[in-house]
Amino acid sequence: MKKLLALLLALAMIFSLAACGGSDKKDATADGNKDTAASDIKVGFICLHDEKSTYDLNFLNGVDEVKKALGLKDSQVIVKTNVPEGDECYQAAADLVDQRCDIIFANSFGHEDFMIKAAKEFTDVQFCHATGTKAHTEKLANYHNAFASIYEGRYLAGVAAGLKLKAMIDAGEITAAEAKMGYVGAFTYAEVISGYTSFYLGAKSIVPEVTMDVQFTGSWYDAVEEKNAAEALIARKCVLISQHADSMGAPSACEAAKIPNVSYNGSTKDACPNTFIVSSRINWAPYYKYMIECVMKGEKIAADWTGGIKEGSVVLTEINDKAAAAGTAAKLEEVKKGLTDGTINVFDTANFTVGGKAVAADHKADVDTDAAFEADTVVVENGIFKESKFRSAPYFDLRIDGITLLNEKF
Amino acid sequence: MAEAKIKTPLFHIAKRDPASMKWYTGVIVRAVAVVAALIVSGVLIMLLANINPLEVYSSMFDGVFGTERRIWNTLQDLAILLCISLAVTPAFKMRFWNCGAEGQVLIGGLATISVMFFLGDVLPYPVLILVMIVASIAAGVIWAVIPAIFKAIWNTNETLFTLMMNYVAIQIVAWFLKMFVKSGSGVLGAMPEYGLPVVGGKQFLLNIIIVAVLTAVSFIYLKYSKQGYEISVVGESENTAKYIGIGVKKVIIRTLIVSGAICGIAGLLIVGGTNHTISTTAVAGRGFTAIMVSWLAKFNPLTMVLTTFIVVFLDRGAQQISTAFGIPSSISDIITGIMLLFIIGCEFFLRYKIVFTKHAKEVA
Repeated sequence: MKKLLALLLALAMIFSLAACGGSDKKDATADGNKDTAASDIKVGFICLHDEKSTYDLNFLNGVDEVKKALGLKDSQVIVKTNVPEGDECYQAAADLVDQRCDIIFANSFGHEDFMIKAAKEFTDVQFCHATGTKAHTEKLANYHNAFASIYEGRYLAGVAAGLKLKAMIDAGEITAAEAKMGYVGAFTYAEVISGYTSFYLGAKSIVPEVTMDVQFTGSWYDAVEEKNAAEALIARKCVLISQHADSMGAPSACEAAKIPNVSYNGSTKDACPNTFIVSSRINWAPYYKYMIECVMKGEKIAADWTGGIKEGSVVLTEINDKAAAAGTAAKLEEVKKGLTDGTINVFDTANFTVGGKAVAADHKADVDTDAAFEADTVVVENGIFKESKFRSAPYFDLRIDGITLLNEKF
Repeated sequence: MAEAKIKTPLFHIAKRDPASMKWYTGVIVRAVAVVAALIVSGVLIMLLANINPLEVYSSMFDGVFGTERRIWNTLQDLAILLCISLAVTPAFKMRFWNCGAEGQVLIGGLATISVMFFLGDVLPYPVLILVMIVASIAAGVIWAVIPAIFKAIWNTNETLFTLMMNYVAIQIVAWFLKMFVKSGSGVLGAMPEYGLPVVGGKQFLLNIIIVAVLTAVSFIYLKYSKQGYEISVVGESENTAKYIGIGVKKVIIRTLIVSGAICGIAGLLIVGGTNHTISTTAVAGRGFTAIMVSWLAKFNPLTMVLTTFIVVFLDRGAQQISTAFGIPSSISDIITGIMLLFIIGCEFFLRYKIVFTKHAKEVA
């Protein structure tokens, strides 16, 4: 009983001290700039992890960028980090509504159902969700999905890889038959499959004989597994490695083995000065700007928004001349132009086969989320697999010829 | 005679005699600890983040009690952590180091979600709920009783055994998720339509009521029942227990059945009552935090309400300060870490006291 009393007293101390401090909170960055429409808006961000994860850091950097671009004050932006993919996400969103946010954005796939739950309850607040798949089927006026056509970025990165392979073949280091790339993927599902296939097709556009092995780790962030996978691929005589996972495992394994690496999520040049060629990443600032401006102007936010090279959503880092083949920059500019004006299509079915056969002209993919996971929508138009057209999140999941999956991880 | 100087230490540590301890000693020691924690973390906040510590403390308070929603969230977090703490308590009181609550809760949650997934549209709702309850408790019991049987019969090390069972549980959940979700994303959509009913229009009220009842029952069970007494005796000394005719093996297995059953209920509340989906990280380390909560409360379920509250307060408060001041969560984690260190550390000074050496008078 005494201890109970003691604890109660201790708690009372904490609270009374805390209550003393509960005076006025001042806004440190308040300035005289009051007349912009942007000064009324309040945006909430929900992140799965914090700045320690490269995935979340990429979103957080976008937040800083859009704050600067639109002149938002600190008090207009609330960032909640380390929000798990459970009811906590709904609670975080609801708490942001309580704090009078006009737009709430969440960044992880598993947040989706809980964002939809919040969107149904708070109909006058806009809910935007990155990587989600359900906006086009839920048909809520205030719930939206967003992604980027990152497959175009990966295609460009693949072109840089192809140029490197071609330079190695020309220098007599390898034969064309030995041009095999390795790819470390997180999970065997559409987002990763779409990514490695576009990367492969980019390389294939330069070196038609190229092949690729893919090893999955079963985790978005596992430095040891990613390093092991990269080393296994190198042992299988892969002469160039790329990855779709969030740690430094694969790039550092490449640096140690002196194998060229095409990176993801940002430059790894500092850690891998001799092997880093180029990296593609999604820049979220254009989408943030779009959704905030839509609310400011009273316009509707698109149910599915896919940012491309033109919007600045898909970006390449600077090329590392030490590892990249000569003339890479010029070639990438040319291909980038082709991608933006539509003369180059990444998933042109004329450029790949599945099981030795061409892809059917009325091929269907699983676009609408349902319990049965059925292919429900015709996605090929005029011989082109239209990725990210029927919803923003990737749905390309064909296993094309030339790519060997060493394992599968779900 | 050689003039050997005898060095006297400045202080030494002596055991306190619990019988002669004044009633206010505990209050003073704990109060000093809390004040010291506030001062040390306050200085650190100023040095690391350059923020007024008083604003930080008020922000923590705001994060925990600021709005009606936050109060409900706090109560919900308290209910779930308290439930798991109650689950580990009988085992720890018996000196059975059950480090497997994480897995026992998770497997209880998996049983719940499996019933929701496979039988949701087959069974009428009341029957479905009943099956969910039975399945979750059974799963928790199975996960806890396996190491108990090994301990009772072959005297295996229960710490390692229960710890390893956590990883098995995580992998089983991953395997089930692969089966549930064919797209490969590994994220199972929420199924609120098959969840536990909402009581009084408040999302978390049912969870809170269930845990409140569990707390009272646990208190009575441990303090006043014969089985509770047997747990204490086995915990103090197995030989004494044997001497007075307690079947130690039976007590170990029975206690772990109780422990596992409550873990199963925690899994039911997390999956059926809150998230309506499952992931491998659904328990989020609370199976381990619960051990600390239970120890801090000296295995008393009523005190545990307070120790759970301290942990939940610090946790939610830390989230709020990292959000409110835009500082990395690592800084707020440091602050809560310091506070916990002082709160736990002061237990040492309740058992021992520092005796300063008085200046020895020169011998004339």
